[in-house]
Amino acid sequence: MALNYTKKTLNHFLKPKNIGEIKNADAYAEIGNMVCGDQLNFTIKVEKGKIKDVKFLSFGCASNIATASIMTEKVKGMSLEDAKNYDWNKIVSDLGGLPQQKVHCSIMAVEGLKKVINSYEDKNGAKKELKKDVKKKITKKKTK
Amino acid sequence: MQVYLDNAATTKMDKAVADIMQTYFLDKFANPSSIHRQGEEVYNDVEKAKARVAKTLNANPKNLIFTGSASEANNFIIKGIARANKDKGKHIIVSEIEHPCVLGPAKELTKEGFKISYAPVDKKGRIKISELKKMISDDTLLVSIMTANNEIGTIQDIKKIAKLVKKSGAYFHTDAVQAVPYLEIDIKDLGVDFLTLSAHKFHGPKGVGMAYIDRSIKINPLISGGEQNDGLRAGTLDVAGIIGFSKALELAYRNRDKKIAKIKELRDYFLNEIRKNIKDVYLNGHEKFRLENNLNLRFNGVEGEAILMDLSNQGICVSTGSACSAKNLRTSYVLQALKIDSKYLNSNVRFSLSKNTTKAELDYIVKRLIETVKRLRSFSPIK
Repeated sequence: MALNYTKKTLNHFLKPKNIGEIKNADAYAEIGNMVCGDQLNFTIKVEKGKIKDVKFLSFGCASNIATASIMTEKVKGMSLEDAKNYDWNKIVSDLGGLPQQKVHCSIMAVEGLKKVINSYEDKNGAKKELKKDVKKKITKKKTK
Repeated sequence: MQVYLDNAATTKMDKAVADIMQTYFLDKFANPSSIHRQGEEVYNDVEKAKARVAKTLNANPKNLIFTGSASEANNFIIKGIARANKDKGKHIIVSEIEHPCVLGPAKELTKEGFKISYAPVDKKGRIKISELKKMISDDTLLVSIMTANNEIGTIQDIKKIAKLVKKSGAYFHTDAVQAVPYLEIDIKDLGVDFLTLSAHKFHGPKGVGMAYIDRSIKINPLISGGEQNDGLRAGTLDVAGIIGFSKALELAYRNRDKKIAKIKELRDYFLNEIRKNIKDVYLNGHEKFRLENNLNLRFNGVEGEAILMDLSNQGICVSTGSACSAKNLRTSYVLQALKIDSKYLNSNVRFSLSKNTTKAELDYIVKRLIETVKRLRSFSPIK
């Protein structure tokens, strides 16, 4: 079945941005997909509540690499809060679309990003705040 | 440079095949079922083509039914035999590495009360014959085992398996789609009841399959409503397709030994070059009982679809059984059947050569492949 990756997706796959591992990173996270076996590892550097740097390693298909590449490019400089809520739909649209069976790659990329930020916050005592935040969200949803 | 190394998927049609087919599109276009002069002429040409195929396969021409694909031929045989012989048995055995067009109809038959068993293979893809033997019971109606696997190229001992199955009283079918021209297909000698071929796998046209059926065994048609093929497969004969099939088969077996020796030499050279230049490469399938044109390799630490896409971007066409390449995101069941460690299941690439493959093409691929694997491994978390 033809995948018809967009030019943008192929470019990010062939020349991915932000690959590698940050030395002395502030946090590290690994995420895998049980179904397709893909894996992404993220490292971040945080400064003043913002993502100063983010890098990734990938064992995955072209779309796995491309989604992580474009996402890391977009979230650099973003506040941790905004980055945690980064919408996977945005990755898909930024790439000019993804084949249906590849959309899950973008979800895995944002999940990985959330995981690395959570790991940073856990390490830096922001856990309580985070929990409160989640609670707030839930009650918000309920009241809606 | 454009290099096509996906000949197990399909092959380039021979010019001579295209040329002869053209005659039957543009000049000899009459319906072979018509009894006028033009129809009669076409009918006779089809019969002659069939006779040539039958001779190559050492089979009775009356036993050859041309279909719209090998998938149709396999559906016809499996469903047709099962439905026509329910009184004889309701158990079917297929190997666990059959093509989906064998597995699909077999599974469908479970809705009609048939029981399906899956004959296991060893780590190199060979049928465990002793296990198969244990599976066969009085209720076994049909056993279907492919001659050679499309992904890993492993060849089965069909003659031995056919003998074993026939001795038990069950019917035997083999999907031999990947076998031409790498194996001689002598139907009488093989002792099979049913056999399937596909023209586009040996430089013939797409859309033409062939079912060899032993006409002394009852079989139901899949497509009814016409007198063609004695009612066993209705529909106007695909004249150009049948003529093309016949021509392609004839050419496939011409100078066969020389052709195969060349393909094998190139394949072995290719493997050697890859192993010399890339670390942690492993062969999936059998070293010896293997189609000469097949190479299925595992590149540890990198994902198959990524290799494929990278090579594709450089004009190279290959295939992979990785989950990421599949619409359903499932890893190849053939590789799973080999009991490969799950962490290596998505790192495979299939290279399939043909008589058209050249050393220059392979040298180009080796060069690109070294770069591709190096690049992808450079940012792989799996070391």
